[in-house]
Amino acid sequence: MSDIGWIDAALTSARPQAVGALLRYFRDLDTAEEAFQDACLRALKSWPQNGPPRDPAAWLILVGRNSGIDAARRRNKQTELPDEAAISDLEDAETDMAERLDGAHYRDDILRLLFICCHRDLPATQQIAVALRIVSGLSVRQIARAFLVGESAMEQRITRAKGRIAKAGGGFENPTPDERAARLTAVAAMIYLVFNEGYSAAGGDEAERRAPLCDEAIRLARLLLRLFPSDPEIMGLTALMLLQHARVAARFDAEGLAILLADQDRSLWNARHIAEGLALIDKAIRHRTPGPYQVQAAIAALHARAARAEDTDWAQIDLLYATLEVLTPSPVVTLNRAVAVSKVAGPEAALEMIEPLAPRLAGYFHYFGLKGALLKQLGRNGEARTAFDQAISLANTAAEAAHIRLHLDQLTEGADRV
Amino acid sequence: MRYAILCYSCEDAIGSWTLEEERLVMGRLAAVEGKLMREGRLGPTARLLPTTSATTLRKSRKTVVLDGPYAETKEQLLGFYLVDCNGLEQAIETAIELAAANPCGGAYEIRPVDIMSLNLPRTPLP
Repeated sequence: MSDIGWIDAALTSARPQAVGALLRYFRDLDTAEEAFQDACLRALKSWPQNGPPRDPAAWLILVGRNSGIDAARRRNKQTELPDEAAISDLEDAETDMAERLDGAHYRDDILRLLFICCHRDLPATQQIAVALRIVSGLSVRQIARAFLVGESAMEQRITRAKGRIAKAGGGFENPTPDERAARLTAVAAMIYLVFNEGYSAAGGDEAERRAPLCDEAIRLARLLLRLFPSDPEIMGLTALMLLQHARVAARFDAEGLAILLADQDRSLWNARHIAEGLALIDKAIRHRTPGPYQVQAAIAALHARAARAEDTDWAQIDLLYATLEVLTPSPVVTLNRAVAVSKVAGPEAALEMIEPLAPRLAGYFHYFGLKGALLKQLGRNGEARTAFDQAISLANTAAEAAHIRLHLDQLTEGADRV
Repeated sequence: MRYAILCYSCEDAIGSWTLEEERLVMGRLAAVEGKLMREGRLGPTARLLPTTSATTLRKSRKTVVLDGPYAETKEQLLGFYLVDCNGLEQAIETAIELAAANPCGGAYEIRPVDIMSLNLPRTPLP
């Protein structure tokens, strides 16, 4: 790897801690970001010559803090900036001090930085955009590309969101354990939003553009897990995303159409992601405090463990969905459970289970997709056709509609044979 | 004499590598490993999963299982085992057996192995 490649990775990985600490110093997001930017420019000049510092984050915090203070002074009167060489010479003594000062705050700094992105006044898409900009340091251009919008529109969206964050202010006192737990929950949800923004992309170009969001969400979750190594839900969240993202190479065909889990080429699944996900779920389960992320990860783990689709342990998946129904009751969870029930107890039982959901899922594509598939299995082709027609009218993407048309074609073929 | 070469690095930075960077480094390492293998000098190699997947067993009077990697600096790495286990529970049981045989303080970090190759060096043991 080139020098620039190494430095780039070091700057990216140091970013959450460094911007988090600078935010604590300056209590202003723009100032913190500018100071970090300045420190990065100095790093690009200094590190290739002097070699990388022992602790890049501490170096960047120290240099960024000096530069932020200088910028404030310069606004009042013109004064000279100290040159990088002098800063580098000071490094050892001052870095040690900075390290000791910041080490204690490390966890809360990063958590705070992540938490301000989940401000409850911000709609989900803005939370994601702001997190990618502030915490991950993606350029506005990269984010705009992932969201399939223009650069200036994204710039505006982020500026507006940051304005709201600044107006809300606060959050700089050391959090109480309760506040810390609440922040952790909000941050976990935000990270999963980032992941789903990438994961829910349609195939082809869109999936390719958005895949980095999944990688970024996993990177943030690992970071969070290093800060809170004993939190089983953070283990569960990380495992869930790893196990889902492991299938990325198998999820779409050459035309960009989604391939159902049962039909995916499992040799394309990422074995390393799966191994890591399974290891994390193993760890989480030992805590015996199940939560929604852990249960969803355990379901994903059962799919990952099945060498072939027919090896899937549907009985266990049914039990896990039953747990999820208790933890987070929702008609969509019940709908998912019905898929497992259809494998274990047959389509009739599953159909019985989803009938009562009809009023609440009347506008939900997957409800009619599953209903049609169950009716088709039972040979009730006329009713199946009605359900499939409703599904097509509710399809969100061309790919979803194409899937249902395959079912309809099969119904027609069946009719021809008879 | 056989030497173990233990790899330490900043996990965060390596986790921020792009796929190309990862491939580049792995390609260069593979070249070095290939040379060592041709010379008959390479023994088993392993890449471990991230420290977030680690569990630590503290060998105090009563063994304590902690989440996360081994983080103390006052003890030193003295050796390692590679054991096949059907899951974390069995790995912990195994570590507890080892701890009972050698209860003199310290800890075992239990970390799943990512990639492994079991080469045997040609040079005979002294």
